[in-house]
Amino acid sequence: MRSVHFEPEEILETVKMVQMENLDIRTITMGISLRDCAHPELAQAAQRAYEKICRYAEKLVSVGDALEREYGIPIINRRISVTPIALVAESSAAERYVVMAQALDRAAAAVGVNFIGGFSALVEKGLTFGDRKLIDSLPEALAVTERVCASINVASTRAGINMTAVGRMGEIILECAQATAARDGIACAKLVVFCNAVEDNPFMAGAFHGIGEPECVINVGVSGPGAVLSAVRRAPQADLGELAAIIKRTAFKITRMGELIGRRASDRLGVPFGIVDLSLAPTPAQGDSVAQILEAMGLERVGTHGSTAALAMLNDAVKKGGAMASSHVGGLSGAFIPVSEDIGMIEAAQAGTLTLDKLEAMTCVCSVGLDMIAVPGDTPAATLAAIIADEAAIGMINRKTTAVRLIPAPGKQVGDFVEFGGLLGRAPVMAVHRQSSQDFVRRGGRIPAPIQALNN
Amino acid sequence: MSDKSNRIIVTVVGHDRTGIIAETSRVLADAGVNIVDISQTLLGEFFVMILLADLTQATLGLEALKGQLHAKAEQLGLRIDAQHEDVFKFMHRV
Repeated sequence: MRSVHFEPEEILETVKMVQMENLDIRTITMGISLRDCAHPELAQAAQRAYEKICRYAEKLVSVGDALEREYGIPIINRRISVTPIALVAESSAAERYVVMAQALDRAAAAVGVNFIGGFSALVEKGLTFGDRKLIDSLPEALAVTERVCASINVASTRAGINMTAVGRMGEIILECAQATAARDGIACAKLVVFCNAVEDNPFMAGAFHGIGEPECVINVGVSGPGAVLSAVRRAPQADLGELAAIIKRTAFKITRMGELIGRRASDRLGVPFGIVDLSLAPTPAQGDSVAQILEAMGLERVGTHGSTAALAMLNDAVKKGGAMASSHVGGLSGAFIPVSEDIGMIEAAQAGTLTLDKLEAMTCVCSVGLDMIAVPGDTPAATLAAIIADEAAIGMINRKTTAVRLIPAPGKQVGDFVEFGGLLGRAPVMAVHRQSSQDFVRRGGRIPAPIQALNN
Repeated sequence: MSDKSNRIIVTVVGHDRTGIIAETSRVLADAGVNIVDISQTLLGEFFVMILLADLTQATLGLEALKGQLHAKAEQLGLRIDAQHEDVFKFMHRV
């Protein structure tokens, strides 16, 4: 058909990706600056934040719905990220910032988004009074709210690792689990500890609106493990170079959908378009799994030898394909390997093939890190902190973002399951080393920033 | 690429039989949808028809139109999908 210049194969490929391979836009995330909401009275600041979010994001959900209808591409989530709240709230004398978290929760409910990110503090070099109060507020804030997500940046390549903050976060994660013990410690699923956090990440729970960002911005997170999985399965004989090219082409097409939806959303909301985050974000749905891509590449079960190499290639090919497809790529951009949100990861962890140590190795070459991993409820705070420190070290040395989202499931042991439902999924409790890291973590202080030369 | 385009691509896939074009076109005509271009081909054993259609004068939105096309597809034992033209432009042309 001359007037459209498409080949039938191209048209059918697109139809197949959307109808059968779970191709979707995972999230349209509106970033909103709350810097002008600071007030000496926290209740006033919270009210200002509530009103501003409701005003800016009033049409976010309806525009998302309209785009979904018109383009026939599912848009799974509409979300909001805000300025790290420690920066907004610390003008007040309040000792705890729970009131602010509740205001964010109400605003998210009022505009109809399922998560709002940015109950956050950046403490890689040290803590201000506001940072300390925000961290102390986390267990209560995440227990009494449904939609608020929190993140704490404890390390960066330029600043090193703030081990005092890392130690504190070990304790806080335990407190968060205890505060929501009746719900398998769900507060921990809404708390990310970062190294090299990015300012324009549209994905939860780690999204916040960075201080270098504009007043308001639209960022889009695309998904598409299913489409990549089908493409890999169609090429059982391809060598790895050919397979990388196939993944690149698929990632390109997936990312173009993000670019399309992002531009249209930006036009209609009258808000600048920030970035497309071209991550492969799995869901618990069958076939929408990063683990199954690695298995389709030729591994009997993810977690076995070869998993790191396969993931490295997948991650790089996704970035190469995606970078060409969008005018602005940002966020985390790579393959996510959250255990509870990926059916293949769940099965491999349950079978004992995938261990925490192997996951840590895999995070050296993929985006993000130890994500949505349930560990025994009696894991000491120092062990949680040491896991965070290991992951932060990987990010710091390799100049990449790493994150930790651990759930020390109250009352649960290795082999038990935590159940969150929905996108957060379910996770088998995985074993941690029982030998103590206490004396290492107790030292506190900062691990100095690494040298940026002599790379080996 | 502007936001103005109101064209969709309708794909019909299945085993060939009498009346596929007539039946599909009737659904579109009843909804005030103008067919701009049409092509058909055989991909392996499957009959594939691709229609480019303009929704500017349509009395139905894309969602409702898709519902009617799906109902027709069920009746004919085929698969019919409809998607905005920009989706294909973005995915296959830089």
